[in-house]
Amino acid sequence: MERIYKIQSQNLDVFYRDFQALHAINMDIEQNKVTALIGPSGCGKSTFLRSLNRLNELIAGTSIKGQVYLDQQPIYTKELDVVALRKKVGMVFQKPSVFPMSIYDNIAYGPRIHGIRQKHQIDNIVERSLRAANLWEEVNNRLNSPASRLSGGQQQRLVIARVLAVDPEVILMDEPASALDPISTSRLEELIAKLKNKYTIVIVTHNMQQAARVSDYTGFFLNGELIEFNQTDELFVNPRDKRTEDYITGRFG
Amino acid sequence: MGAAKMKDKLIYALFWLSGLIIVAILLSIVGYVLIKGFSVISLDFLLQSPRKAGAEGGIFTTVIGTLYLTLLALLMAVPIGTGAAIYLQEYASDQSRFARMVNLTAETLAGIPSIIFGLFGFVFLVILLNLGWSILSGGITLAIMILPTITRTAQEAILTVPVEYRENSLALGASKWQTTQKVILPFALPGIITGVILSIGRAIGETAALILTAGSSLGMPLSVFDPTRTMSVHLYLLAMEGISLERAFGTAFLVIVLIVIINFLANLSMRRFSQAMH
Ligand SMILES: Nc1ncnc2c1ncn2[C@@H]1O[C@H](COP(=O)(O)OP(=O)(O)OP(=O)(O)O)[C@@H](O)[C@H]1O
Ligand SMILES: [Mg+2]
Repeated sequence: MERIYKIQSQNLDVFYRDFQALHAINMDIEQNKVTALIGPSGCGKSTFLRSLNRLNELIAGTSIKGQVYLDQQPIYTKELDVVALRKKVGMVFQKPSVFPMSIYDNIAYGPRIHGIRQKHQIDNIVERSLRAANLWEEVNNRLNSPASRLSGGQQQRLVIARVLAVDPEVILMDEPASALDPISTSRLEELIAKLKNKYTIVIVTHNMQQAARVSDYTGFFLNGELIEFNQTDELFVNPRDKRTEDYITGRFG
Repeated sequence: MGAAKMKDKLIYALFWLSGLIIVAILLSIVGYVLIKGFSVISLDFLLQSPRKAGAEGGIFTTVIGTLYLTLLALLMAVPIGTGAAIYLQEYASDQSRFARMVNLTAETLAGIPSIIFGLFGFVFLVILLNLGWSILSGGITLAIMILPTITRTAQEAILTVPVEYRENSLALGASKWQTTQKVILPFALPGIITGVILSIGRAIGETAALILTAGSSLGMPLSVFDPTRTMSVHLYLLAMEGISLERAFGTAFLVIVLIVIINFLANLSMRRFSQAMH
């Protein structure tokens, strides 16, 4: 079967003013697969993730060289509609950040912004998204209560539901499990396994077992370079680079 | 151990005393005003038009004048001030020269004594633009006066909005303006309202600048081109011209009541609002 690449980064350099955070990253991300990004703190995982939906440009002083392609179309061009890009490439941040509104309004935020007005249509989206994020059963009787009253794990799933509600094609997740307990984490991993049928997922994680469990591909970053990128089974069993091996076996700083 | 504990207690007592002093000052002023003005306060005093320069009748036209002027000033200053704050916090880059200029101007404006604005309003609005002593001249002058407060407090309120809200909203495909409108402004609203309340207090208390721009007519203002007299101006003139000290205190009392009511309403709406959010 031929592989379809959803996202491809080509010689991607990212700078924060004169500090180069990423060096010539080349990565082909396959459609409907989970790609994990691992590496020590500060190696550029978040920077890479945020360059896939052009979120880096919100930070003053960032600049970019190289290119990223979504469905073979370059995203770093003047003509590109950033809003459309971000609608297609959703993002779940490391820290779940629910808006100070009701659960319902949090989910409805995206659809409303994208022009959906009819109440029953939004109702449907809210229910579908919450179900997809395994949260519906827990909150369906209090959709109008403030989202901030949910537990951390529930908020993380709410944020995922909020992303699903805009119907993206790609979901970027930056350490989505870092604030979760083991049970919530394993529920999240089940969720990711379920979601990959429909979406292409890129996930940053510090947890090696998690990367091994949930992903099809893994990329190992170090000091802003992509040291190794391979199928997860391969990378964990047969790392080609000594530095990858040191890192995954825990022999690293 | 005993000494440290004693010291703690002493410090506690000092802080408690500071609190007490504040309450005592407020209560004695309000109490004094109330006692001195009490004999003239009645529904008639509130609802009748003044007669004989305020020596008889009530203060109704000055209440209307006060509300009219304050409202007009807010109508101009709140959109402009909030707009400038949004521009400075959300749109302008930190290095932008224009942004720094706007910031510096707002800061400087905040420090200029109100009588200077009054003088400007008198020369420029009343005479040069021929608006005369009017609610329009006074309202514009007041608006300029409160603009820095509104801008500054709105800026600070916007600054407290967590950056994550912006990122999440933009990452969902919202435009900058949608993000501002739907996430940032609602979150910043209580802070913005605080600035508005402070400004209302300032507008209601203003005298000299308003005498120069809105005049001191006791007639009922019908349009924005009519002159008017605010309650504070009225009480100033009642006292200054020796018309009636009692009536000045009665007016003062109603000024306090008005400000308390406005504070109360603003707090109420704010609490409603934040309860709906959290
Ligand atoms: N806004 C910024 N301004 C300047 N430098 C930054 C900025 N954000 C990140 N960096 C730098 O870029 C490098 C990569 O940061 P990044 O956040 O991508 O790392 P990370 O791999 O996600 O780390 P972690 O695992 O701790 O989240 C780091 O050296 C960091 O200090
Ligand atoms: Mg990171």
